[in-house]
Amino acid sequence: MTDYKMHLLICGGTGCKASESDEIKNRLNQFIEKHGLEDDVQVVMTGCFGFCEKGPIVKVLPDNTFYVQVKPSDAEEIIKEHVVKGRPVPRLLYTDPKSEKHVSDSKGMDFYKKQIRVALRNCGFINPENIDECIARDGYQALGKCLTEMTPEEAIKEVKDSGLRGRGGGGFPTGLKWEITRNVENDQKYVVCNADEGDPGAFMDRSILEGDPHSVIEAMAICGYCIGADTGLVYIRAEYPLAIQRLKVAIRQAEEYGLLGEDILGTGFNFRIELRYGAGAFVCGEETALIHSMEGLRGEPTFKPPFPSVSGYMGKPTNVNNVETLANIPVIINKGAAWFSSIGTEKSKGTKVFALAGKINNVGLIEVPMGTTLREVIYDIGGGIKDGKEFKAVQTGGPSGGCLTKEHLDIPIDYDNLLAVGSMMGSGGMIVMDEDDCMVSIAKFYLDFTLEESCGKCTPCRVGNKRLYEILDKITQGKGEAEDIERLKELSFVIKDTALCGLGQTSPNPVLSTISNFENEYLAHVVDGKCPAGQCKSLLRYDILEEMCTGCTLCFRNCPVGAITGERRQPHYIDQSLCIKCGVCYEKCKFNAVILT
Amino acid sequence: MPKIKLAEHTIELIKTICAEFGNKESELINVLHKVQGELGYLPAEVQEVIAKELKASVAKVYGVVTFYSFFTMIPQGEHPISICMGTACYVRGAEQVLSEFKRQLKVEVGESTEDGMFSINCLRCVGACGLAPVVTVGEKVYGRVAPTDVKKIIAEYRDGCTSDSKTA
Repeated sequence: MTDYKMHLLICGGTGCKASESDEIKNRLNQFIEKHGLEDDVQVVMTGCFGFCEKGPIVKVLPDNTFYVQVKPSDAEEIIKEHVVKGRPVPRLLYTDPKSEKHVSDSKGMDFYKKQIRVALRNCGFINPENIDECIARDGYQALGKCLTEMTPEEAIKEVKDSGLRGRGGGGFPTGLKWEITRNVENDQKYVVCNADEGDPGAFMDRSILEGDPHSVIEAMAICGYCIGADTGLVYIRAEYPLAIQRLKVAIRQAEEYGLLGEDILGTGFNFRIELRYGAGAFVCGEETALIHSMEGLRGEPTFKPPFPSVSGYMGKPTNVNNVETLANIPVIINKGAAWFSSIGTEKSKGTKVFALAGKINNVGLIEVPMGTTLREVIYDIGGGIKDGKEFKAVQTGGPSGGCLTKEHLDIPIDYDNLLAVGSMMGSGGMIVMDEDDCMVSIAKFYLDFTLEESCGKCTPCRVGNKRLYEILDKITQGKGEAEDIERLKELSFVIKDTALCGLGQTSPNPVLSTISNFENEYLAHVVDGKCPAGQCKSLLRYDILEEMCTGCTLCFRNCPVGAITGERRQPHYIDQSLCIKCGVCYEKCKFNAVILT
Repeated sequence: MPKIKLAEHTIELIKTICAEFGNKESELINVLHKVQGELGYLPAEVQEVIAKELKASVAKVYGVVTFYSFFTMIPQGEHPISICMGTACYVRGAEQVLSEFKRQLKVEVGESTEDGMFSINCLRCVGACGLAPVVTVGEKVYGRVAPTDVKKIIAEYRDGCTSDSKTA
């Protein structure tokens, strides 16, 4: 192996690739060649660094310089200045918004200071398509340790003692799940990795698979050893082509190294991994639905019990774990249960990856110890709300979760605390909303999602959610009545109590949590006929103030539907029956004569 | 829907794909992925061939095709436009972007323009939430799209010049 003096790491995640990180890599290589530095400098395309807001990112090692929002045209300067002359390029450095100073070392950035990266340990450090780089960072060491030094029972005990709980949403203790599957007698068992990340706004599983596929493969093999399975299946969304490709490369490399296949490390243990593709159905994240989908059927859930641990894929005992859960396993085996359980809260151990998105300054992927508060996540790591607006709510747990408010900002985040305040951990999506977001519309948005994704098998979900949606739609159209709020609540409770699977049982959560935290906003819609956030068009009214209007005709000329009338230099008027509330007049008026009520 | 007559070589292609998966019914979803990848969509006539090869009922194949949003029975435009309606994109204004595409192209979601150049679809999260709102045209991803950018994006394809005017 060549001993490079310097490494340029460039993010090869989906987001940064969309911003031409491939082209940046090509240009960097081109200028490295031009300066004859091929033997000294290596460009490595890694997985996601997490700081997606400022992507594409280029990190220079060994000095840890962190360049943000790099463009292909910046490549020449990085090579000429930084690599050749040893002078960092200040204009590409991250500027701390508080001190307004450049921060060169990523360790000094607020975004990274409070993070502890366990599941994401290799993302942004290694080339995911090179197994040697993974092995250099302890990859497959845990598998070796399990196979040669530990019995399956000992390995399961380690996972149990660590307190690791399922990261896909439910929070079921992982070690216990393994033990149950191990204890079922059968000649054929399966390990399934659930990579059907359907929660919109959550992208941690994708990033782990794109940035560190070997850790997931290793964990699946460990799980296979523990429960007595020789086959692993990864159920992955077809919408994630890059993750699929990297996973395929990683499986092939692991096979070549004898870390998958027959007689792994000469221990007589056999394990192989196959891929199964999802086809765009949120409900397939539910384990029974996922199993049906893998069998080539419609992804409809079935009643539990029997649990997949007893009767799963092809009727055989099947252990289903989420990607992030699996990514924690090798570290637990290597560093021990005691180390892992020293992080986190009493009942939620370790760290959790969150996908921060929405109206927040630092959109990205972060990993923090369980027990970190929402305030730390949103303000310290996330850098606060975009454009200096007011924080209104944060939605956790995706379509099954709820909206939390200012009051909840100081709650330590863990499974039980989030449930207690009417939301849930879910897979870790965190969507931040500001004063301009209407909470009734947000509830309607989620219901629209559930409606489309409901498999249609059980009536409460299929029909009940449709009715919920209709009532919410009526309210946003300005046709709501005060009784509608009670109707929403009653129907929500019925759906929660009677739906068959997790999707149906949790689908009213966005409605209930917005009603309980923002009842005044619902009342404003149904009683006063107003949308406080100014989002529900039917409840808006544009008027022209006669005394302010100069008759410049700008609004008249720009109105797309001809709803504005008036003579030059005379006050203009809006015909409310024609107005489509597009707001063009409001934006165009230079004299603040158009008002919104 | 009018009946389509499948060409002989298309039928052969479908049969070959089914055979690659051992003509097993449990491989139905993998077969559908591959066939749609080749043909672009899965009309009823194609489903009939698949059902016969896998010895499954046409109803079952149809049930699976219509269950999953990834499968489509309508041909896509030459440049399929997908607007991400994930939560992150929604709160950053994806709905307005979608309305603008619908208005400019005069088609609804799931339809293609008359000239067959464009089709509009919504998708749930490509996971590039840092670039919200996101629009994809074919394989190309456009980030931080505002309604005012829509015209430019359409023109890129309509005029045949795929300049890199706005990629994030």
